[in-house]
Amino acid sequence: MAARDTDWAGVRLHVVTGKGGTGKTTVAGALALALAADGRNVLLMEVEGRQGIAQVFDVPPLPYAERRIAVGLGSQAREGGDVFALVADPESALTEYLEMFYNLRHAGSALARLGVMDFATTIAPGLRDVLLTGKAAEAVRRKGTGGRPVYDAVVMDAPPTGRIGRFLNVSSEVSDLAKVGPIRGHADSVQRVISSPQTVVHFVTVLEEMPVQETLDGIAELQSLGGLRAGGIIVNMTRPLALPPDQVQAAAAGDLDQALLALGLKSAGLDHGPDLVAALAAEVRDQARTAAAQNLQQGRLDDARLPSYQLPWISGGIDLAGLYRLAAALREQGAA
Amino acid sequence: MTTRRPPHLDVDRLIDDRRTRIIVCCGAGGVGKTTAAAAIGLRAAERGRHVVVLTVDPARRLAQSMGLTKLDNTPRIVPGLRFDARNATEGNGADSAGSLHAMMLDMKRTFDEIVEQHADPDRAAQILANPFYQSLSSSFAGTQEYMAMEKLGQLRRADEWDLIVVDTPPSRSALDFLDAPQRLSRFLDGRLLRLLTAPAKVGGRAYLRVLNAGFGVVTGVLTKILGTQVLRDVQTFVSALDTMFGGFRERAEYTYQLLRAPGTAFLVVAAPEDDALREASYFVERLDTERMPLAGLILNRVERLPAAKLSAARSLAAAEVLQSAGPDGGPAGRAGAEDTPESAARVLAAAALRLHADRMELAAVQRRAAEHFTAAHPLVPVAEIPAQPEDVHDLDGLRIIGQAFGPGPQSAGN
Repeated sequence: MAARDTDWAGVRLHVVTGKGGTGKTTVAGALALALAADGRNVLLMEVEGRQGIAQVFDVPPLPYAERRIAVGLGSQAREGGDVFALVADPESALTEYLEMFYNLRHAGSALARLGVMDFATTIAPGLRDVLLTGKAAEAVRRKGTGGRPVYDAVVMDAPPTGRIGRFLNVSSEVSDLAKVGPIRGHADSVQRVISSPQTVVHFVTVLEEMPVQETLDGIAELQSLGGLRAGGIIVNMTRPLALPPDQVQAAAAGDLDQALLALGLKSAGLDHGPDLVAALAAEVRDQARTAAAQNLQQGRLDDARLPSYQLPWISGGIDLAGLYRLAAALREQGAA
Repeated sequence: MTTRRPPHLDVDRLIDDRRTRIIVCCGAGGVGKTTAAAAIGLRAAERGRHVVVLTVDPARRLAQSMGLTKLDNTPRIVPGLRFDARNATEGNGADSAGSLHAMMLDMKRTFDEIVEQHADPDRAAQILANPFYQSLSSSFAGTQEYMAMEKLGQLRRADEWDLIVVDTPPSRSALDFLDAPQRLSRFLDGRLLRLLTAPAKVGGRAYLRVLNAGFGVVTGVLTKILGTQVLRDVQTFVSALDTMFGGFRERAEYTYQLLRAPGTAFLVVAAPEDDALREASYFVERLDTERMPLAGLILNRVERLPAAKLSAARSLAAAEVLQSAGPDGGPAGRAGAEDTPESAARVLAAAALRLHADRMELAAVQRRAAEHFTAAHPLVPVAEIPAQPEDVHDLDGLRIIGQAFGPGPQSAGN
């Protein structure tokens, strides 16, 4: 396999979080495509039961089973590997867990009927979370024939930033409730995978105040918990203005040189008079203001001193082609 | 192609109507609910209402601008309101200046207070100290929603304000806050919990005795997964809460009725994107099923382009012409390579045209998403808030948002 410098060599579990509306699932999908380059096999997993992966990849709703959904990003040297998807839900994970560890398949469905999951979700979300993170840990550890890992990487479309610390800190969440016992032992073994250097948490954000704040809070939370590693910051939906900085500044201040703009438009054959010039100037001014506000937010992110990646805003909405473009951007920038 | 335009949502008429006592802003996370709720509250107050805005998770600077610095469950007065004669003379019946209070919800404290209110001191202390209560009150996915509704009920009973604007929690799904109260009381009342409590009650009830045969199997499995100690903690917790079940159910029922009462209006907030509007659709249908009064849809962050008459295709084509042609029709040098005014003009115009084309495409995507919604719900009135170049973080910013709440007709825009 071609050795290639990436920022996350040795990482097997990529946990992707982000505030709602930042494109977390899309980015997780693009990261899976990027990681599946060079013939690698990747599992893309979602845990919130919203069928986000199916929507992003434009396939029918996915079951609790590992299904091949796409071919990874290809290059001239080598075709991409396979991207598999898994929609993990706590009920199925519980049934599987009982079967795997206790040989109790029927008990699982009986418990589900009795509302055990309702119970676990309600009274002790840690118990539910450990089943989901446990599934990811199992996929990371799973070996195929010849002792080679079945998946080179697992990408988890995780809960949003506000809940990520709690979600990943399973061992301690569970230990508050269960000091001893089998579930505690299971939680500890899951925690060993999540707290190892094999696991990082990437934060998806857009350059607005709330998402950036949540990102910084999330990073601080992970660091305070100890053992959990913040990965990269993925800035999504960037729309840079292709202008020299001094012009962006002038535009933001409302001092865009309209005569110059008019001259340029004229040479493009758009001689529509002063109304169009003024209207376009207003659009540039708004965007320049946005850019100035975004620069402030980018500065705050830079202070976190984590690798940071920029994904372009894709006009017309994200389809599969757009997803591969994002994957290529992640790979070019060394995220995969 | 002609597409049906939805009826215009006149938020001003809603907030000017003194019979409107509660406005609930709901919608998927990340669509600007908090900002919309704050803007509605401010506008209503400046039009003469005495308003309290209940927010759950505001952006820091927005919270600061409203005088909120911490979660403390106390409504704080928001200074800096402006009352101009125009607001008061538009026949909205404003006889005096209004006022605005805002508060941030502290869900754990709200929950603790309910416990303290419904249980004797010893039992309350026992509940508050139980690890399961702590988990339930701080991290149960529905607790925030439940407590927001509880707080709404408290504010309504206090009757100090004539309009309450509620910003619902940033749930995974817009429906969570409607379901949470019932889910929580159903849970506390649930079969499994009854089963778990049974051994704690000497003798048990008749129906539990019937269940006892199956009970052994279930506890057996649960013990296997959880261990006996966990099971014991749960049993202690549940039997301690037992005395409060009635109270919980009553409160959930009260809130539910409050949401259906005349004087309550729901505003669904959405961004003009497929995901958010799909959530909005579910919500609209759900409100209908529950016979809860929907006032309309607020579409936030709508692209409004001053140069909308120039199509994306023409704009892009012109940008390409500029970037492929040098001064004499020859190939252009790299950006910055030439320093003539002509080349500077071309760079500027090309950037402006590309930006315009991008935003026109975004506007088209947004319009299609909005049209899908209106095709499914043609009668739901819609108000559009234009996208703002920067985050809203002061009262002036909220006032600009509030301009979208006028009577319309809105300009055709794009």
